[in-house]
Amino acid sequence: MLGPGARSGISALPEVAWRRHARPQQCPARGARAPGVAMTSELDIFVGNTTLIDEDVYRLWLDGYSVTDAVALRVRSGILEQTGATAAVLQSDTMDHYRTFHMLERLLHAPPKLLHQLIFQIPPSRQALLIERYYAFDEAFVREVLGKKLSKGTKKDLDDISTKTGITLKSCRRQFDNFKRVFKVVEEMRGSLVDNIQQHFLLSDRLARDYAAIVFFANNRFETGKKKLQYLSFGDFAFCAELMIQNWTLGAVDSQMDDMDMDLDKEFLQDLKELKVLVADKDLLDLHKSLVCTALRGKLGVFSEMEANFKNLSRGLVNVAAKLTHNKDVRDLFVDLVEKFVEPCRSDHWPLSDVRFFLNQYSASVHSLDGFRLVAQHVCLCPGVCPSHPPVSPPFPHSVRRPAER
Amino acid sequence: MPGKLKVKIVAGRHLPVMDRASDLTDAFVEVKFGNTTFKTDVYLKSLNPQWNSEWFKFEVDDEDLQDEPLQITVLDHDTYSANDAIGKVYIDIDPLLYSEAATVISGWFPIYDTIHGIRGEINVVVKVDLFNDLNRFRQSSCGVKFFCTTSIPKCYRAVIIHGFVEELVVNEDPEYQWIDRIRTPRASNEARQRLISLMSGELQRKIGLKVLEMRGNAVVGYLQCFDLEGESGLVVRAIGTACTLDKLSSPAAFLPACNSPSKEMKEIPFNEDPNPNTHSSGPSTPLKNQTYSFSPSKSYSRQSSSSDTDLSLTPKTGMGSGSAGKEGGPFKALLRQQTQSALEQREFPFFTLTAFPPGFLVHVGGVVSARSVKLLDRIHNPDEPETRDAWWAEIRQEIKSHAKALGCHAVVGYSESTSICEEVCILSASGTAAVLNPRFLQDGTVEGCLEQRLEENLPTRCGFCHIPYDELNMPFPAHLTYCYNCRKQKVPDVLFTTIDLPTDATVIGKGCLIQARLCRLKKKAQAEANATAISNLLPFMEYEVHTQLMNKLKLKGMNALFGLRIQITVGENMLMGLASATGVYLAALPTPGGIQIAGKTPNDGSYEQHISHMQKKINDTIAKNKELYEISPPEISEEIIGSPIPEPRQRSRLLRSQSESSDEVTELDLSHGKKDAFVLEIDDTDAMEDVHSLLTDVPPPSGFYSCNTEIMPGINNWTSEIQMFTSVRVIRLSSLNLTNQALNKNFNDLCENLLKSLYFKLRSMIPCCLCHVNFTVSLPEDELIQVTVTAVAITFDKNQALQTTKTHVEKSLQRASTDNEELLQFPLELCSDSLSSHPLPPAKEHLESASSNSGIPAAQRAVTVEKASPVGDGNFRNRSAPPCANSTVGVVKMTPLSFIPGAKITKYLGIINMFFIRETTSLREEGGVSGFLHAFIAEVFAMVRAHVAALGGNAVVSYIMKQCVFMENPNKNQAQCLINVSGDAVVFVRESDLEVVSTQQPTANCQSSCTEGEVTT
Repeated sequence: MLGPGARSGISALPEVAWRRHARPQQCPARGARAPGVAMTSELDIFVGNTTLIDEDVYRLWLDGYSVTDAVALRVRSGILEQTGATAAVLQSDTMDHYRTFHMLERLLHAPPKLLHQLIFQIPPSRQALLIERYYAFDEAFVREVLGKKLSKGTKKDLDDISTKTGITLKSCRRQFDNFKRVFKVVEEMRGSLVDNIQQHFLLSDRLARDYAAIVFFANNRFETGKKKLQYLSFGDFAFCAELMIQNWTLGAVDSQMDDMDMDLDKEFLQDLKELKVLVADKDLLDLHKSLVCTALRGKLGVFSEMEANFKNLSRGLVNVAAKLTHNKDVRDLFVDLVEKFVEPCRSDHWPLSDVRFFLNQYSASVHSLDGFRLVAQHVCLCPGVCPSHPPVSPPFPHSVRRPAER
Repeated sequence: MPGKLKVKIVAGRHLPVMDRASDLTDAFVEVKFGNTTFKTDVYLKSLNPQWNSEWFKFEVDDEDLQDEPLQITVLDHDTYSANDAIGKVYIDIDPLLYSEAATVISGWFPIYDTIHGIRGEINVVVKVDLFNDLNRFRQSSCGVKFFCTTSIPKCYRAVIIHGFVEELVVNEDPEYQWIDRIRTPRASNEARQRLISLMSGELQRKIGLKVLEMRGNAVVGYLQCFDLEGESGLVVRAIGTACTLDKLSSPAAFLPACNSPSKEMKEIPFNEDPNPNTHSSGPSTPLKNQTYSFSPSKSYSRQSSSSDTDLSLTPKTGMGSGSAGKEGGPFKALLRQQTQSALEQREFPFFTLTAFPPGFLVHVGGVVSARSVKLLDRIHNPDEPETRDAWWAEIRQEIKSHAKALGCHAVVGYSESTSICEEVCILSASGTAAVLNPRFLQDGTVEGCLEQRLEENLPTRCGFCHIPYDELNMPFPAHLTYCYNCRKQKVPDVLFTTIDLPTDATVIGKGCLIQARLCRLKKKAQAEANATAISNLLPFMEYEVHTQLMNKLKLKGMNALFGLRIQITVGENMLMGLASATGVYLAALPTPGGIQIAGKTPNDGSYEQHISHMQKKINDTIAKNKELYEISPPEISEEIIGSPIPEPRQRSRLLRSQSESSDEVTELDLSHGKKDAFVLEIDDTDAMEDVHSLLTDVPPPSGFYSCNTEIMPGINNWTSEIQMFTSVRVIRLSSLNLTNQALNKNFNDLCENLLKSLYFKLRSMIPCCLCHVNFTVSLPEDELIQVTVTAVAITFDKNQALQTTKTHVEKSLQRASTDNEELLQFPLELCSDSLSSHPLPPAKEHLESASSNSGIPAAQRAVTVEKASPVGDGNFRNRSAPPCANSTVGVVKMTPLSFIPGAKITKYLGIINMFFIRETTSLREEGGVSGFLHAFIAEVFAMVRAHVAALGGNAVVSYIMKQCVFMENPNKNQAQCLINVSGDAVVFVRESDLEVVSTQQPTANCQSSCTEGEVTT
């Protein structure tokens, strides 16, 4: 009934043609089914005016389970007994939710779209939940990729990470893609990193901060994967990242001008070289030591160890700081800090409070150093060298506690 | 030149990327109405273009305004090749054509493409300047309001209900035109969408003209369907009920009028029979004991206030069968004359309404239905669709005669449907035969009508159950008893109807969804032979469906079905029957007997044992169901009931017939022949299967109820949480040696599993009730069965539910009578309001009327107050639920019901009637058939919501998915789907918000109690 070659797509054929072409080839396949089962479900959908979101199924979907696995897990959770449903019902329900999530995923990639789209009517609280859960990540996973370049190469390694962490590859991909997506969007943006992330991805404050840390680490490629650093949690790094963004970046220097939270302020790093005088000048070193010792005498449980080790510690810290002009050394910042400062302290069993006392006093005393005043003044203008010496303090809680625990 | 249409294109957003090189789009918009087209500028390189166009003005006839949709096409400008279409928006501007509805359409519309689905949104503003045209011979019918709602819309009052209007238009289906061979699928789909849109516009206009002719101003219960007849064409047909509606202006005034149907009737709670010749006329107060005190004084004192009391008395014996003379006083004859003349001037005294103003429905006879099998032929002259008209006229005539046979002069809850397979078409019509109160049918001025209503003496709450036909000359054998409520009139033992449960009916316990499902294999045949085969099968199917319904009803321990809808679907090699209804226990009807099983070989011991085992199971099930649905009718001794009419046989009230193309009409008595219906005879394995299948229907999990009527009898504390949904399932049967049994089982499982899935999905809403559950079956292909369900889940307050459910019939009846007194205030209030035509502030009015209400004893008023307050509290509690509607922008609720729980509809914005086609050539990529249809239905919902929001509304009521035609071809990676939806766009206000506005506490309380009454009764 059709003109030969009149049209390429059969979609344009009249309805009758639809049916005629549909039938023949399907029967053999169906015939192979197990006897007794007289029907199969071809199509099974449920669409609500308000989109139904099942939190448990959403979690299973996010965790990357297949429908079959998800059904098995739900059965194990005892839902059948609670509701009196059958496995078939559960299967259909799970499929339906998975389909919905699959359709929502496209929108979740740009969360503001989810708010403005008209296709799914979802209450705002549910929208927030969808977004927050979608962008949530596993601690184990983020530790694996933190500081790595978010490139195709890293993506190829995801199956290794999946095997190592026990997180499904699908979930790993989602998390990796989330990192990369956020990175791409905020990479070239001005203004506060956290604010940008929040604005474009509608994340909660906490999650936005975590993403800021991830983006910051990825951008500066800090090495976090070394065995020595394994004891550090993502939270520890995120804490450091936040302080570094606040104090060490271009954005920190001048919020008006070149508003970039991603990159470290090169000028500041250059200035850090000036600190070398603290260890190079013998007199200054002694003076610094005596100032610190005087202030801390009687207050430190490990005073004698500190006194004995002062020169080494100070040299370690100053050297780490002075080297930061080289990209490679920036990447190794955390490795160096642990090697040069944390480990010596740990071997002497410093308690955490003592470390804090010491570091506070260590940086405070610099200000009263005569010969250093000029230099210090200059350095202190850069907020990065504030007394608390931010990047160093966080690792301590663990570094000191861990040995004691063991 | 009576209209100027103005359109402004503001902006677009989320447009698709049309230029891969730049990842952007150069979009512009074409605005087309009729034959005029305007274009916006091209907005270069943006996915969020801001056109901000001038006002495009179309000067058009109002005839065109009604017929044509506004067509907006978004395109991507391409310098070198043809511009690519991004998608289209069709806007029906009909809502702008009547004064009370929307004044402007403005908002974001999804841009829809039949191949790609929704692709971004466009912001459009549409206005119409309409000039008055007093030409009597005009072809347009602007100003006639249309409502899908099958009851008098809230915030309107029915002055006159004129009656049935119908129309159909036919055309060639663009998919079957020769040109379809050379055009793209997109062009073909769009031609079809446009044509159907045009045809619905034309149809609506023509119906409007008929309404104007009848001097009405609105169509209620408007139901429009299209039949895809394939090669032979496309039919769009519609039926509705013409009315003259009166807008109730102040919210305080409309409340009582529209919601409290039972109020006006309490004038005389006693006595529907003033004729002393019959039985002792006593109060119908449902006390257990025989208080047969003759107390006419009170009732007559009431009556004395009215001038023509006698006329308003309702007839007991029906019209038709002519033995009314027995009791017939002169009044009766007069009334009958009046009624008949009122109705007989109509060709078809049909009403598509399923719920009625108080006093409208006098008696209900039973379900009448007619079916006819037709062979489709090409429609030669689309302008004169005479064959199709003649087909329907024939069927309607049949319905009318069935109703007559039942002693009824009207048919209510009337609907029509078709099922088409290749060239065979089954036309079906069904409704409920009824006797109506003539007052609403007469022409008259508003005042006159009002007065009449005032003076009306309406029947008691059991009135509608009383038989309209003469017991000595019954159209079919039936088992009659005296009404269990008033003890004076005869009632049948089972009542089947297609209408909603009357608000004033007394129901014991809760109701439940009852379905009969049936498949019958049929040989594949061509044309005439096929039609004959189908005709031969139909009576058997109807019989079996009916038997199943009856058995399931008994199994539930109930005695009446409401909202009955029997759908017979024809496929190439089978017929499917699906009947859905809501079973209830009507207090006025006798307690249903149990089900007895009889075996054929009484000698066989083990067989006997088996039978008795089954019998036990059945009895257990009945007992369990009674408990589940809280059916505990009062024990009434036989003497009170009086001697039942000695008619041992159980009869059905379903009168049906079907005819084939030869027009031969056969009537079938479905009353189980000479057999006692209580007895199920197990004479072969088939029967065994049947009994088994009876028992396999699983009740919904605890906390769930379901019904296919508007609301569930016995639940009256709905919260505001609603969830409308559509669920579609298609199963493929294995083609190898299918038997009727296997088929039945598959179909049964399909429906049961679907329900189970719904219960599971909605479990977070428990306690909740699935209302207006609407099943549709279609057979898209040989081995495919498609079931589509649309329903709404509404949560209710469990604590209150428990309280009410604990009440036994005695209490509930007593309460009902106090209810009556309580409600009395409102009609009076209304009356004084409307009669003393100077409007007073509602609160004051209320006080006045209450104090002037000398008719109510003080004690009863106290009850009123007591009752009102807890309800008010309940409302407050409900309100503490998250205010989802207010907090977010543009939430649009959708519901198949005519109301929104916990809210008040303040404005009707117009009818929504949309038709969409979606097609894909990349089925797998879109997630297979499920993914494809899921996305499409979600898109349809989105487009309905967007249109409602653009009209300024926040909900669609009486929403219905009339068609969902799905075709697939997985081998070619293709699928196509057609969906037709309709509903009424409305503005609703939460009751809580209303109360905040209202400063007077008493008024607020009354309001809330009043609306509560609406929802619950």
